[in-house]
Amino acid sequence: MSDETQNKGTEVTEPETTVEALDTVERSDSVAAKVAEHVLAKVEPTVGVSKPDTIMVVDDVVRRFGGMTAVDVGHLEVQRGVITALIGPNGAGKTTFFNLLTGFDKPNQGSWSFEGRSLHGMSATKVARNGMVRTFQLTKALSRLTVLQNMLLAAMDNPGENLFGSLVRPLWAGTEKRNTEKALEILARFKLDTKKDDYAGSLSGGQRKLLEMARALMTDPTMIMLDEPMAGVNPALVQSLLHHIQALRDDGMTVLFVEHDMHAVRHISDWVVVMAEGKIVAEGPPKSVMQDQAVIDAYLGAHHDTDLGDDSLLDPAVLARLEAEEDKR
Amino acid sequence: MELSRILTQALAELIAPTTAAIALAAIGLNLHFGFTGLLNMGQAGFMLLGAYGFGIATMSGAPFWLALVVALASGALFALILGIPTLQLRGDYLAIVTISAAEIIRMLGRATVFQEWTGGAAGLTGSSFKATFQELSILPAAPERGAFGPLEYVFTGSDSWWTRLFAWAAVLVAVLFVWLLTRSPWGRVLKGIREDEDAVRALGKNVFSYKMQALVLGGMLGSLGGVLYVLPRSVAPDSMGRSLTFFVWTVLLLGGAATLWGPVLGSMLFFAVYMLLRAGMREGLEGVVSSTMVEQIGGMLVGVTLMLLVIFRPQGILGNKKELAFDVR
Repeated sequence: MSDETQNKGTEVTEPETTVEALDTVERSDSVAAKVAEHVLAKVEPTVGVSKPDTIMVVDDVVRRFGGMTAVDVGHLEVQRGVITALIGPNGAGKTTFFNLLTGFDKPNQGSWSFEGRSLHGMSATKVARNGMVRTFQLTKALSRLTVLQNMLLAAMDNPGENLFGSLVRPLWAGTEKRNTEKALEILARFKLDTKKDDYAGSLSGGQRKLLEMARALMTDPTMIMLDEPMAGVNPALVQSLLHHIQALRDDGMTVLFVEHDMHAVRHISDWVVVMAEGKIVAEGPPKSVMQDQAVIDAYLGAHHDTDLGDDSLLDPAVLARLEAEEDKR
Repeated sequence: MELSRILTQALAELIAPTTAAIALAAIGLNLHFGFTGLLNMGQAGFMLLGAYGFGIATMSGAPFWLALVVALASGALFALILGIPTLQLRGDYLAIVTISAAEIIRMLGRATVFQEWTGGAAGLTGSSFKATFQELSILPAAPERGAFGPLEYVFTGSDSWWTRLFAWAAVLVAVLFVWLLTRSPWGRVLKGIREDEDAVRALGKNVFSYKMQALVLGGMLGSLGGVLYVLPRSVAPDSMGRSLTFFVWTVLLLGGAATLWGPVLGSMLFFAVYMLLRAGMREGLEGVVSSTMVEQIGGMLVGVTLMLLVIFRPQGILGNKKELAFDVR
C-alpha cells in the first residue's frame, strides 16, 4: 500500500455509522485504479460481455438444491488486475456461486477456468494452490493458534509441512525464518503486528477479518476472493478494510468480492456484477450499474412504486399487464 | 500398616507397565484428538489389533522386532481402512465408525472361526508370545529379584523390572517423537485443521492427507500401547473393549489434551488414584461392599470423573487455561 492511502486511513475522524464511514472512503488515485477505470470504460455494460484481459471465465454454471436453482450463471468474464464486486440482495446465490468457483461446492453442470486452466472438478486445496485464494463470510480465524502462527500456516511449500521433513529441523528452519519476516511485514501493514503473539480467538471481529485477509496474502495469490469482507465490522475498521482491498489491486492482484450492500461497493470497485435469484442481471461500472432497471427491481422489487391500495389494481386489464411484465422479466 | 500397604500399591501403579501402555495409547489419541481434532472412540481397537498382531506373529516364529513391526503395521492398516471413507466427512462420522470398528475387532477376535489364531474368547496365553521379549532383557539373570524402595519385582519375567524399563523407554521415545512433530510446521497444520479445516483447505493444504497421517500415526502408537498392555498379561479380547477406550480418554483429558506430557502425567495420576480408591474401599469398607462391587464402584467413579473433567476442567491438568478464555467456535 502506498503511504498516501495509509495516511488517509488514519487522518479521518471516527465515523459513527457504517454509511458515514463508507462516504468518507475515497477511490484510490493510484495508477492501477486509473488504468482499471480507463480499460473498463471501453467495455459495454451488458451481461456476459467479453473483456480485454480476462483472468476467469465462467460458462453455464448451475447449482440446484432439490427443486430450487440457487445459481444459474450463463457467461461471466472477470478482468485481470481490477476490483470486481459481486453484489445482490440476500439469497441471490452470491456465496453459493463463490463456493462453486473456489471448489468448496460442486455444480450440477457448467465449466469455468482460471488463467486458462479449467477448474471444473478441482478440489478447494488445488484451487488455492493455483493462486485463487478465498476468505469466508463468517471469519475462520484459527482461534487457538496465535496471529503469527495463523500467518505462517498460510505460507506455501514449507518443507517442514511434510511428515518426514518435519522431524529434521534444519530442513525447514530457514524457510520458517523467511516466512516469519514476510508475515511480520504483512501484519505491520494491517496493523496487527503488536498482536502477533495473541491467540487469534482473542481478536475482535474486524481484526479477524483483517487477519484473514493478511493470511490470504501469505499465499501470494494472483486472485483473491473476499466473501463479505465488511460484514459485522465496526465503521472505523470498514474504512481501513476498504483501503486494504484497494491496496490489493494496486499491488497487482485481481480482487473479486461479494457484498450485499450496494453502498459499500460504490467507491472502491472498478466493475460491478449484480446477481438476483441465482442469475446475473446486470454488470457494469459502479456508477451506471446502480441506475440499471434490473438492479433496482432486484433490490426493491419490480413493483415497489405500485400502490397496493390503488383501486385500479382490481381492474383485470391492469393485473394482466403487470403479469405480462412479470413474465417478461 | 494397612495404610502403608495401600500407599505402596498406589506407588506401584505409578510405574506399572499397564500405566505406560495406557500412556502410550493416550499419546496416540492426543495426536488424534488433541492436535488434529479427530474423534477416535475406538483406541482400544487399535490396541487389541496391535496385541493380536504381535502375539500371532511371535507364535508364527517371528523374532521380537519383526513382531513389533507387524503390530504397528496392523494399526496403520486399520487406520487407513477407517480413514478412507470417513475423513472426508464431518468429524462425528469417524467417532461412530471407530467405536463400532473397535467392537468388530473384539468380536472377530473372540469368534470361534478364527480360534486357531486368536484363541477365541479365551485369547492368547501369556507364555505363548512372551519368550522373545524376555530373551531381550539386559537386566542381570542372577539375583532373580531386585527391590527399589518398597517395590520388589523379578528382573526378567512377565511382571518384571525389564517390562517396566522397556515400557517406559517406549513412552519416552513416543513423547520425543510427538514433540518433534508438533513443534514443526507439520504440527501447525494439524492444529489448524483442529480449529477449522475449511480455512486450512482454503489455504491450499491437503486436509485429508494430513488427517490421514495423524490417524495412522496415532493408531500405530495405540497398537504399540496394546503390545505393552499384553506383555505383563495375556491377550484377552474382552479386557480390551469399550471401557479401555474410555480409560484412555479419561487419562488424556485428565492430563490435558494437546499438551506434550499430559497423557503421561494423566496415566500415572489416574492409575495411582484409581488403585488408592479401590484398595481404600476394600480395606475401609470391608464387609460393607464385596470385592466385585468395589470394581463396579471404581468403574462408576471413572465415568463420573470423566464427566466432571469435561465440564469443569476441559483443558486438564497441564492444559492452557488461556486457550479456553475465549469462545473456540
